[in-house]
Amino acid sequence: MATTYEPIATNTLGSAAASITFSSISSAYTDLKIVFVGTATAALYAKIQFNGDTAANYSYIGMYGDGTTAAAWSGSGVAFIAATPTFQTFTTTPTMFSTNVFSYGGSTYKSVLNSVSMDKSGSGISANNVGLWRNTAAITSITILTSTSTFAAGTIATLYGIKAA
Amino acid sequence: MANTYNLIASNVLTTATASVTFSSIPATYTDLVLRISTRVDRAINGPHNCQLTVNGSATSDYSQTNLAEFGVTINSTRASAAAFITTASTGNSTTANTFSSNEFYFPNYASAANKTLSLVDVVENNSAADFESAIAARAGLRSNTAAITSITLNTNGYNYMVGSSFYLYGIKNS
Repeated sequence: MATTYEPIATNTLGSAAASITFSSISSAYTDLKIVFVGTATAALYAKIQFNGDTAANYSYIGMYGDGTTAAAWSGSGVAFIAATPTFQTFTTTPTMFSTNVFSYGGSTYKSVLNSVSMDKSGSGISANNVGLWRNTAAITSITILTSTSTFAAGTIATLYGIKAA
Repeated sequence: MANTYNLIASNVLTTATASVTFSSIPATYTDLVLRISTRVDRAINGPHNCQLTVNGSATSDYSQTNLAEFGVTINSTRASAAAFITTASTGNSTTANTFSSNEFYFPNYASAANKTLSLVDVVENNSAADFESAIAARAGLRSNTAAITSITLNTNGYNYMVGSSFYLYGIKNS
């Protein structure tokens, strides 16, 4: 039976950390998927960068609902893809996002599809966004980082590999 | 070989039923995914709201934030201190042979933390009329630290129709 959906690596934080990095990502898959569920030691949002690129080579566009308003959100010429909305922080309530990274080993720019689940019992957000990294290099590392402060101990991030064949 | 995405249990209805429960869910996985395809016997065009609860509990510790589009209307709503998570199914006045599709993702379901939930509902009905189709992305939360050992879906006074299907998968991250 073909193995099409495999855990590549998982990181469960034993102590608070400002970032989680998956490095030396194998080129053996077609697509990647990140599943994150975690909390934070202070109000923050989460970001994604590829291959350690901290330059303004990223953009994203999405839609969200905050319980009252359904609206669009975006960022262009920025140094990250927003994994959670930049205008809606989380702390002690578990927040989930899942990020599909398509054709990560290809030689074209890299696109992602991200969904965010951040209900905080009376506040919070449901959001989806697409992102672009304007770089033709194969993705070999992914960093999930905080906007400020740290992810709390117990936060889990897993990277899965998906094979088309 | 990694055995990452396993079918825990399934239920394809051969008789109409008001609710479906997956019980005795083992704690051996990291995450759960529930995929369902359903139609409810309420005579309504478009989506009918069903209810999800876990561990047989209908206490008011569920909340959710919704982003939804109904053909014309786009909105966001919220429920707090609710006794269930709302999810949409297809009603029985809609186009024949049409069932909704829904995916629920429960990360870290066996942990001692409150439980977050990601949910996508799709009710497509070949209609341009507002509120006769829907797509919804829902963020859910149960403010309870108990591990999830059972999941129940019920129709809120109606029945899931024959052919409705329910598949529960476990995902291991190692």
